[in-house]
Amino acid sequence: MQTITRRQALVLGSGAAVFMTVGDVSPLFATPAEADAEIAKFTGGKAAEKGKISIDLPEIAENGNTVPLQVTVESPMTDKDYISDILVVADGNPRPGIATFHLTPLSGKATAATRIRLQTTEYIIVVAKTNDGKFFTDRKQVKVTIGGCGG
Amino acid sequence: MAEKPRLKVPKEAKKGEIIELKTLLSHVMETGLRKDAQGNVIPRKIINKFTCEFNGKPVFSADIEPAVAANPYIQFNAKVNESGTFKFTWVDDDGTVTTTEEKITVV
Repeated sequence: MQTITRRQALVLGSGAAVFMTVGDVSPLFATPAEADAEIAKFTGGKAAEKGKISIDLPEIAENGNTVPLQVTVESPMTDKDYISDILVVADGNPRPGIATFHLTPLSGKATAATRIRLQTTEYIIVVAKTNDGKFFTDRKQVKVTIGGCGG
Repeated sequence: MAEKPRLKVPKEAKKGEIIELKTLLSHVMETGLRKDAQGNVIPRKIINKFTCEFNGKPVFSADIEPAVAANPYIQFNAKVNESGTFKFTWVDDDGTVTTTEEKITVV
C-alpha cells in the first residue's frame, strides 16, 4: 500500500517551503511541495493510506475558470465510523488550497461536489480523515487548456 | 450584496433516507490575484465558509478558498430521520453572512 510519508518527511525535514504571503499578488505557480505542506498540516504528519477515495474530474478541462469536481469517500458514516474532514488541494495553482469539507454522521454519505478554478495541468489531491484519526488519500490529474486563476 | 441563494432540496423524504442537496450563491469570488486596467490589484473577496445545519445540528460545512469558482456551487448529502428545517449560511470575507432555510417533511 502506498503512503506519502517519505515525501512528507522530506518536506518537513527540509524546513519550511516558501509560502505565498498575504498581499503577494503575482500569480506564481504553487509547487507540489506547497501542496504537500498543506497536506502535512491537515494530517499532522501522519501517513495517509492510498484508497477509499473517488475523484470525479474531467480528464481535460476546456475552461480552467470552472471545473466540476466531486469527491466521494467510502465510509459507513455511522456515529462510530465516519469521515469527518476532506481536504482538497492542487499542486499547480497559485496557492494549493481549494476547500476543506467537514462532515458528520448526518451527512449520510461522504461526498461533496463543487466547481473549481485551475491554472494549469495539475494534480488534484484529496485527503480524507476519519473520526478516529485515520487518513486516506488519492490524486487525479486534470489537463487544463485555458487556465482560470485570473490576471 | 449577495442575491438570494438558489437551492435544490427535496420537500419530502422517507425516514432514514439520504438526500442530495444542491446550493448555489451568486458571488464574484474575487481571488485577489487579478489586476484592473490601471494595474492595481483587485482585492480578494470570497465566500470563505459554507455551513448546513438540520434542526440545529451540524450536517456539513466547507472552508472555501479562492480556488473555488465564481458563483460557488456546493453539493452534498444529508440523512434525514425526522421532519424539520435545513439552515444554510455563507460567510463573506467582509463578515457578511447570508442565510436561508428550507423545510422538509419526513414520513
